Amino acid sequence: MRVTVDEDRCCGAGQCVLLAPEVFDQRDEDGIVVLLDAEPAPSLHAIVREAAEVCPGAAIAVSEDG
Amino acid sequence: MERHVEPLAYPIPSDEALEPPAEWAELRGRCPVAPIRLPSGDQAALLTRYSDVKQVLADPRFTRDLGAAGGARVAANESGGVFSSPMSQAIPQDGEDHQRWRRMVGRWFTAKRIAALRPGIAAMAEQLIDAMVDDGRPADLRASLGFPLPVWVICDLLGVPESDRDRFSHWSDTLLNLTRYSDQEITEAQVEFFGYMSRQVAARRADPGDDLLSSLLTETGPDGKGLDETTLIATGLGLLVAGHETTANMIGKMVAMLLADRTRWERLLADRSLVRVAVEETLRYDANSGIGLPRYITEDVEVGGAVIPRGTTVMCSMAAANRDEEAFEHADEMVLERSPNPHLAFGTGAHSCLGQALARTELQTVLEVLLDRLPTLELAVAPEKLERVDGLVVGGLRAVPVRW
Repeated sequence: MRVTVDEDRCCGAGQCVLLAPEVFDQRDEDGIVVLLDAEPAPSLHAIVREAAEVCPGAAIAVSEDG
Repeated sequence: MERHVEPLAYPIPSDEALEPPAEWAELRGRCPVAPIRLPSGDQAALLTRYSDVKQVLADPRFTRDLGAAGGARVAANESGGVFSSPMSQAIPQDGEDHQRWRRMVGRWFTAKRIAALRPGIAAMAEQLIDAMVDDGRPADLRASLGFPLPVWVICDLLGVPESDRDRFSHWSDTLLNLTRYSDQEITEAQVEFFGYMSRQVAARRADPGDDLLSSLLTETGPDGKGLDETTLIATGLGLLVAGHETTANMIGKMVAMLLADRTRWERLLADRSLVRVAVEETLRYDANSGIGLPRYITEDVEVGGAVIPRGTTVMCSMAAANRDEEAFEHADEMVLERSPNPHLAFGTGAHSCLGQALARTELQTVLEVLLDRLPTLELAVAPEKLERVDGLVVGGLRAVPVRW
């Protein structure tokens, strides 16, 4: 799994951090997403997919083949 | 959309407090862009399908700037209610200015910052539940817990003293009401709140504290500029009206929904790991979330196969969208473990709820504390006897009678 984030689309809702703090964080100064782990371990795949699906800014993309 | 059809009076009444009006399913199926008449008498178009509501809310071209010439007024009073007030206009609505404002305020609502508030929120919930238990059963959970808690949390965030919590509660109630208060009462509340906040800002300027107002006064955005006083006060007002009544009502509705079928409560008692997903499901399932979010259409746009002409005010019903079978399997059933749950209760896109991490944390924390403290909690009336509050932008229950 390969994860990418789009800072311009991020609205700082923090859902991804609440769901998968191992993979996502937010910048202290403005709440914008920080990707901590672009290739998360298989045990995190389900929760990362959920984070992508519920992101209100559609700022998280997940590709499964990489 | 036939022109001669008399527009549907909006909001659409529902026979039972926790149930959606039958019209939603009909509208989603046959009339996805429905002509409605708002409480002001002005006309708008109602969207009820998940894909349509999501599309319009996520479209950065359309904002809730109903002050634009031709925009419908939501409320009957002169100012048109909270969506059109001059104060709400002081917060930039779109483009770079909106993004700058959002990022300056957003730093206070990151998941980490909010997680740090969790112990404090749990302590407030404990204190309120203690008082409710001391007063004896049955109790009204809305008045004892749901309403005070979020205003306490916001006052803490803003650095407002505990002794002013009741005044905040009053202002919030008045400013969000669509029909219960007169124009004069709404204007008075705005003037009082503005004066109060000006004094708070002046005090912070002289002696900054560790709170959101102080931070917005002293810190600067990416362009090296801080917020001016009007924007700052509008922000305080926005946080209060957006963060109080919404969460306050949701606490009552959440508990009512979970107790309406007590097997739901029992499943949560047996498995606390369900709390997070159950909170999301109550947000999705809430059929009484309020009128929805208005958007002013500034360019012709195709929605659900029809063109909505420029100059239309659209009302996006997130609650109707959240019951759309096209988006959610068994949409009319409450499935506690539903996941993922991409509901639209907080809106979506660049304008989605700034305080959603806070709202989620408050709801999860209150639910956890209630499960711990009052495992025998139950509704003291039949669910069909619950009554809705009228006339609010935000939907809620008049009372949530409980015993334990």
